Amino acid sequence: MPETALVREQMRRSLVIARKDIRIYYSKGPVIIFGVLFPVFLFLSFTIGRQLSVDFMIPGLLGMVLFFTATSISPIVVPWEAQARTLERLMSCPVRIETIIIGDILASFAFGLGISLVPIILGLFLGITVASPLIFAIAVILAAFCFASLGPVFSIPPTNLPATINMIASVVKFPVVFISGIFIPLDELPAWGQAVAYISPLTYFTDIARYSIQGRGHLPVAVDLLVLLAFTALFLVVALKLHQRTMPRRI
Amino acid sequence: MNNDVAIQVANLSKYYGQLLAVDHISFTVGRGELFGFLGPNGAGKTTTVRMLTGVIIADKGSASILEYKAGSLKAKQVTGVVPEMANAYADLSGWDNLMLMAELYGIPASVARERGISLMQEMGLYPRKNSLVKTYSKGMKQRLILCMALVSDPEVLFLDEPTSGLDVQSTRLIKDLLQSLNAKGKTIFLTTHDMDEANQLCDRVAIINKGKIVAIDAPEKLRMATSGMHSVEVSFDNVVSPEVLANIPGVNAVKKLGDKYRLYTANPGELVVSLANYSSSHGLKVISLNILVPSLEDAFVALTEKETEHA
Repeated sequence: MPETALVREQMRRSLVIARKDIRIYYSKGPVIIFGVLFPVFLFLSFTIGRQLSVDFMIPGLLGMVLFFTATSISPIVVPWEAQARTLERLMSCPVRIETIIIGDILASFAFGLGISLVPIILGLFLGITVASPLIFAIAVILAAFCFASLGPVFSIPPTNLPATINMIASVVKFPVVFISGIFIPLDELPAWGQAVAYISPLTYFTDIARYSIQGRGHLPVAVDLLVLLAFTALFLVVALKLHQRTMPRRI
Repeated sequence: MNNDVAIQVANLSKYYGQLLAVDHISFTVGRGELFGFLGPNGAGKTTTVRMLTGVIIADKGSASILEYKAGSLKAKQVTGVVPEMANAYADLSGWDNLMLMAELYGIPASVARERGISLMQEMGLYPRKNSLVKTYSKGMKQRLILCMALVSDPEVLFLDEPTSGLDVQSTRLIKDLLQSLNAKGKTIFLTTHDMDEANQLCDRVAIINKGKIVAIDAPEKLRMATSGMHSVEVSFDNVVSPEVLANIPGVNAVKKLGDKYRLYTANPGELVVSLANYSSSHGLKVISLNILVPSLEDAFVALTEKETEHA
């Protein structure tokens, strides 16, 4: 079979895996409610009592919701499947390990994108205006895919305990939220704070969201988009390459 | 590669750390053959199946399924697998699990539906096809996993302990299905602990112990080749001490089984004559006398114990 036909066939099977993930892991009332409530409450706990405008709050809230939801389930799907003894069956099907991981990423991407509509609709209801809808839409889609690709990076260690992977993910995710210009704008951070912020992919999405909603960003939009793209490529390559090594060790 | 060969394995090895779990094994399985793979726990059976089905990667050697490299997408496409202790997705219905597998094998939806209905009917699952798998019994789950392995109509089927711990009805359904699939020309690679099952179903069996193949042959030939394992079961109308029976010429060992004795010998015909002479000279009456040929289990124990002693 020519390589392009093979890639198309494997992509179709990734979609089948994504649909399976959505049905089994994401389409649960508690997962959806927790996906919205957790970042909202975390955000409110740091913003209530401060005199912040809706234009400032919504980009931050959107960044947090997108980041937390797109990375919430994807890290634990593989260890979950290994623990439930469904992974061996899946691996013996005519699918590559990359196909399985891309399927998991696509499910996470769809979940992140769907839940991110909640703060966007809330913002529109509260009167925000999106100055650059196209750039904003591209940024939301790109960021959802970027964060979804980060999820499987957390599950590279071949443990079959979802709790261990969740702990690894939390150790990374929480600090990222605090260094990404969500609670304090990048312009107001000291030089060392800005340097730290630049290592977080969430920084670049928040910056584009601020540009689109507040009309000003810290970095040029093209730079934000390119860096988000670079992070996406990095997470994808790391997740796909390293899962190839570690997934057989889960069995 | 010979067209008559379905599975070819050459010097396949797998290490887990320092442990050599599978030690340079080689064998072939013919097309349409029902091949049994027997061995004690930890012998390397499941590791071998996992290498052949592409779930884990071999450290040395090579294997092919039909003409394709084991583990390649093409090899997986022509293979159906029932892994050891595998589960279907508990939060999906039996039917949805089956259709998921069909989609992962790229089977057109109409063909998948037709096959799915037929398989579920054959396995007695059709009335519960829309129930979630978490409501299925263990036997139903295992029958479903077999349906999932067959929905792609594979040429080669790998089954790792498919009837382990199942009720009689499920075991019989699965055995009947395997026989009917084999009669249709499917190649079946069956890992099992159940010697009766291997004896009834398999054209040939391989016995693996400590990662090495210790014997490959037809079950009947393996049984008959087990020297010293023939036995005569005898009971008398009066008490006879086992020590006395052990002194009869040709008796290698004596085992008391209730009111009977099993006498192990290399030559059962001669032993029957000796027993008749012994009973008449000691005024004993023989109540029952049976010549027993070694079972596959006897052959298995003899071969694996011999290997262990050598080690």
